Amino acid sequence: MSQLEIKDLHVSIGEKPIVKGLTLTVRSGEVHAIMGPNGTGKSTLAKAVAGHPSYTITSGDVLLDGKSVLPMQPDERARAGLFLAFQYPSEIPGVSIANFLRAAIQARLGEGEELDATGYYKRLYSKMDLLQIDRKFTSRAINDGFSGGEKKRCEILQMAMLEPKFALMDETDSGLDIDALRIVADGVNALRSTNLGVLMITHYQRLLGYIVPDHVHVMWDGRIVKSGDKSLALELEAKGYDWVKNELVPA
Amino acid sequence: MSAVASVPAGVLDVALQSAETAAFRAQDWFAVLRQQGWHAFQSLPMPTRDNEKWRFSDARTLSLDGYAPAPAPTPAQAADLIARSRLISDAAGLIVHVDGHCVLKPTLSAELVAQGVVFESLEDAVRARPALLQEHLLKHPVLLGGDKFAALHRAWLRAGYVLHVPKGVEVKQPFVSVTWTLTDGVAVFPHALIIAGERATADIHDFHLSAKADQRALAISAVDIHAGTGSQVRRLAVQAWGSATQSFQIDNTCGGRDAVISSVNAAVGSRRARLENTVRIDGPGADVSLYGISVASGEQEFDQRTLQVHAAGHAKSDLLFKNALLGKARTIFSGLIKVAPDAQRTDAYQTNRNLLLSPDAEADSLPGLEIEANDVKCSHGATTGQIDPAELFYLRARGIPLAVAQELLAQGFLEEVLAKVGHEEAAAAVREMLRLKFHQA
Repeated sequence: MSQLEIKDLHVSIGEKPIVKGLTLTVRSGEVHAIMGPNGTGKSTLAKAVAGHPSYTITSGDVLLDGKSVLPMQPDERARAGLFLAFQYPSEIPGVSIANFLRAAIQARLGEGEELDATGYYKRLYSKMDLLQIDRKFTSRAINDGFSGGEKKRCEILQMAMLEPKFALMDETDSGLDIDALRIVADGVNALRSTNLGVLMITHYQRLLGYIVPDHVHVMWDGRIVKSGDKSLALELEAKGYDWVKNELVPA
Repeated sequence: MSAVASVPAGVLDVALQSAETAAFRAQDWFAVLRQQGWHAFQSLPMPTRDNEKWRFSDARTLSLDGYAPAPAPTPAQAADLIARSRLISDAAGLIVHVDGHCVLKPTLSAELVAQGVVFESLEDAVRARPALLQEHLLKHPVLLGGDKFAALHRAWLRAGYVLHVPKGVEVKQPFVSVTWTLTDGVAVFPHALIIAGERATADIHDFHLSAKADQRALAISAVDIHAGTGSQVRRLAVQAWGSATQSFQIDNTCGGRDAVISSVNAAVGSRRARLENTVRIDGPGADVSLYGISVASGEQEFDQRTLQVHAAGHAKSDLLFKNALLGKARTIFSGLIKVAPDAQRTDAYQTNRNLLLSPDAEADSLPGLEIEANDVKCSHGATTGQIDPAELFYLRARGIPLAVAQELLAQGFLEEVLAKVGHEEAAAAVREMLRLKFHQA
């Protein structure tokens, strides 16, 4: 059983505070959803936790199983068990998905330990089948010329291969049509287990119909203003973000 | 610097050159050609930095002193290097030179011999095919500034090969030439004469390698490619001389009507390496692709000069040179597209992209157009940049350490050109050479 604790976190971009004191604990096996309008700091939260160099954590802490990840480089955080599913995954021409994932898995092995290529490909192909990704994609460059749906499926594929303790899913539903959304959601649901905690960031309730969260948090202006179970998402959908602004945000 | 002072002292000298030339006395025309080269070499000045064709290159450190031809290797040395030359398993033929001496002559299949394909050492061809050679050997003008080095190459011409694929003959397997330097301070002058007849197809892999990683040598190589009407010629040239080598490569290609020509020049070796690559399109419908790829590290200087001459209309040429720079390395790319007045409907492009992986590396780019026709599509572009931080973060967010991520991205940058090699085993060999550069740096 692992836990990811975000404690009174403050994050700035340059001089501008974006996340203003956010506290949240995710345990293995739980799916949390953070909802909120654009510009409220949801993506900033996810990227700051993953260690993006453009974001400055001005105070607070992020603990993975009691140990602060803040002194760690982004790659160390990933190896420690954090995974960020990007809202806009980079297109990287010339680097094949197979080589990229190999490098990522190799980085998790001990010094002098060699990756078992046969086992690797077997596992890769089974995860690709699960996500309905054509096996030919292994030799294609990362996200290069991929459709929106293909990019998001590729993110889930990486998550499936790297088996993180906690996944931060940043607007995984954006840019997906309903079929692509279903495939991505099925993929995530297949990965749900007692070993994985998920923090899903979304603007819309739509995704939560497919990946049903245990906890829902409403974020506004850099803070969580209300938490509840999955019914909160429906309430928010019905009442809209004006309800948050007028009734939930302290004057 | 005066012309006389630049003649190297005591090594590549008159007596030795004359003695070598005398060995070709029975082939009078060849002895004359060498003598002309020697005289031209003596009369030409060493290039200086104020020469526009040598702009940005470190001309002050150009020196021809202290190099000499070397004797033939021992049989054991030759056998070792021949074994190390078997890089391409499906070669149509393999020729190997060590220190300018041919140590392995190609054996062609009976079928290729019956079709009239010639792939043999230059020395053999000088004796056996004077007419073919007199028509094609060193017939291209040297336009990009390396006249003095080209003259020295001509004066010492002996090593190299001739490939002739006659009219209508299509050879799918590559002809492979591996040229080694072995002796410290050796001067080598390898030549490749490639003639593709009408509708002929030829694929050539040229490897320039050194027995030792830190080999000191002077290498002045030249290539003449004559691509006939409707022919298809693809060439990969790999410059991987040892790290203390001065390399000069003078490549000339001539494309006839509807010829399809593709070349990839890969560079990893030498302390300084200059490539002068001239392509002249003489017939309409020709389609020429020119690619360059390099990883420069330490204090290496890669100096790339290219010229795309469109003498005929309705033809296409496309150039892409990519350099990745580490350490204090420097690259210079200077390219010119020249379109003659009647070469209407020309499509000509030129792109140079440099990836700086170190704050001390420097890439200079001088793209140019000289267009005298009025109905053409021509463009040139150059970019020099660093690794995209978003891409870097993406890889690191998957647990890949910084250094590995940088290397993956640099290799990804170069992969676009490697994909053009068109031969998986050769591309893999080049990919491995490029990869090693990152680990030596």
